[in-house]
Amino acid sequence: MKTFQLTRANDNEQAIAAAAKSKTAQQGADVRFIAGGTTLIDLMKLNVETPQKLLDVTHLPLSKIDNLPDGGLSIGAMVRNSDLAHHPAVQKNYRVLSEALLSGATVQLRNMATTGGNLLQRTRCMYFRDTAMPCNKREPGLGCAAITGINRGLAILGTSEHCIATNPSDMNVALAALEATIHIRGAKGERSVPIGDFHLLPGNTPHRETVLEPGDLITHVTLPPPAPGNRSLYLKLRDRASYEFALASAAVVVTTAGGKITRARVALGGVGTKPWRSPEAEAELTNQSATDDVFRKAADAALRNAKPQSQNGFKVELAKRCLVHALKTVTQTA
Amino acid sequence: MDSESERSASSDQPTGNRKSFGRPETRRQFLKQFTVTSAALTLGPQLIGGSSASAAEKTAPVTAENAVDVRLKINGKDYALKLDPRTTLLDCLREHLHLTGSKKGCDHGQCGACTVHINGRRMNSCLIFAAMHEGDEITTIEGLGQPENLHPMQAAFLSHDAYQCGYCTSGQIMSATALLKEPCGPDDADVKECMSGNICRCGAYPNIVAAIQSVRQNKEKPA
Repeated sequence: MKTFQLTRANDNEQAIAAAAKSKTAQQGADVRFIAGGTTLIDLMKLNVETPQKLLDVTHLPLSKIDNLPDGGLSIGAMVRNSDLAHHPAVQKNYRVLSEALLSGATVQLRNMATTGGNLLQRTRCMYFRDTAMPCNKREPGLGCAAITGINRGLAILGTSEHCIATNPSDMNVALAALEATIHIRGAKGERSVPIGDFHLLPGNTPHRETVLEPGDLITHVTLPPPAPGNRSLYLKLRDRASYEFALASAAVVVTTAGGKITRARVALGGVGTKPWRSPEAEAELTNQSATDDVFRKAADAALRNAKPQSQNGFKVELAKRCLVHALKTVTQTA
Repeated sequence: MDSESERSASSDQPTGNRKSFGRPETRRQFLKQFTVTSAALTLGPQLIGGSSASAAEKTAPVTAENAVDVRLKINGKDYALKLDPRTTLLDCLREHLHLTGSKKGCDHGQCGACTVHINGRRMNSCLIFAAMHEGDEITTIEGLGQPENLHPMQAAFLSHDAYQCGYCTSGQIMSATALLKEPCGPDDADVKECMSGNICRCGAYPNIVAAIQSVRQNKEKPA
């Protein structure tokens, strides 16, 4: 690990001013915020991340979960994954989020990892994590070793000829289905970004993963009020029953009335280069009967543009069955 | 060199009985007779208001780039240290304070051998910079129980033979004791899920689950 200067940030503005001096907020940033450290320290040990300055943001006043006047929820960036998953309001109104969080990592890691940090969780692509291998995400222009290499776990949606790395977060998939908003304070003031716009597709610039600029501090995430009468579910399929990244996952938030689906929100995990909201699947479900045929049509629509690699063709059918099963389960219990 | 940790019931001495070797001696003490310790490379920890100074404490501090002054509270004792900021809590415990009960397995938060409690919650000490935890209450296996006064979970691991080689045991026990206060369902399957962050290469899982369940069901008799 390269050495760095460690400073405790005592207020938001001080942290933002210090981080604004970084050349980038993306891969290769020379100044990084550090919170739970579960991704950053891991990557620093591998010399994939080599910041010269770390700002400890764990003491900033961003650890609260508040009910909003409109019935929604505000989640501080420093709220730990465990606390969020077990919060009564999340368990009651946003089950899909609690289930997604509890399906990820381990109790130890969830006790450390934060909401803001999980939004920025980095890919598990082995070539990104290995500085001996070419990776456009780690070092633009080097090429992608995964496309011709071991790509069983990598993405089939949103890929480019430069990068096929999967976004590994479970929380992000649930937040996509819940239409969360990310609140950012930066050198130029505050702004709010819908989760669908927060993560970027790799395209020609896979090293740019989010809209964050130097100095940008995620302060909190807000969830809109729960859709009346909705049922939600997170289904995660993986190589072992616990402590494993998704091969395919589905977050669904569905409202039914008299056997008909009146509202559906669908996002997929483990298959996309970003948390993969599927408006195509939602369109196939809305105002249709909750039947296997309809679910299958929605799944086909969600995966229509899938581009499998040499080893992950199975993910197309796996993701479809994952979504069908999630939709079936969530409408059966309604 | 001698310290409290080396006489503790940590997984250095999981059976607590080595009388057949003439006198009780831990593997670590034995190895130290032949090994030049890394003490000379440490940055000289100081036990604030503590008792006798150990060899490590007498070592002259070595300057490191970006070194930071840190006060840590571990097992109820306050320590003043000068640390390279890269020092993980695990390396701080093992290399600087010689609390070697916490083990280094993967060093990437995947195996759980380094599990400690921070403010009562279990975490992977290998993915934590020590300097970020001033003012926090840190508990390691050495702070959990003593040979003559085992924590019920330590006693349960002994009575259920919940280990083979013992390397993962301190991490397993730290996770298991934290689990007692967590929202974990009643079944064996729930325990397995809540313990999935602790890997045991010997495969002692059935006995680990049995040990934990016996404590949860108040079946554990005092050691």
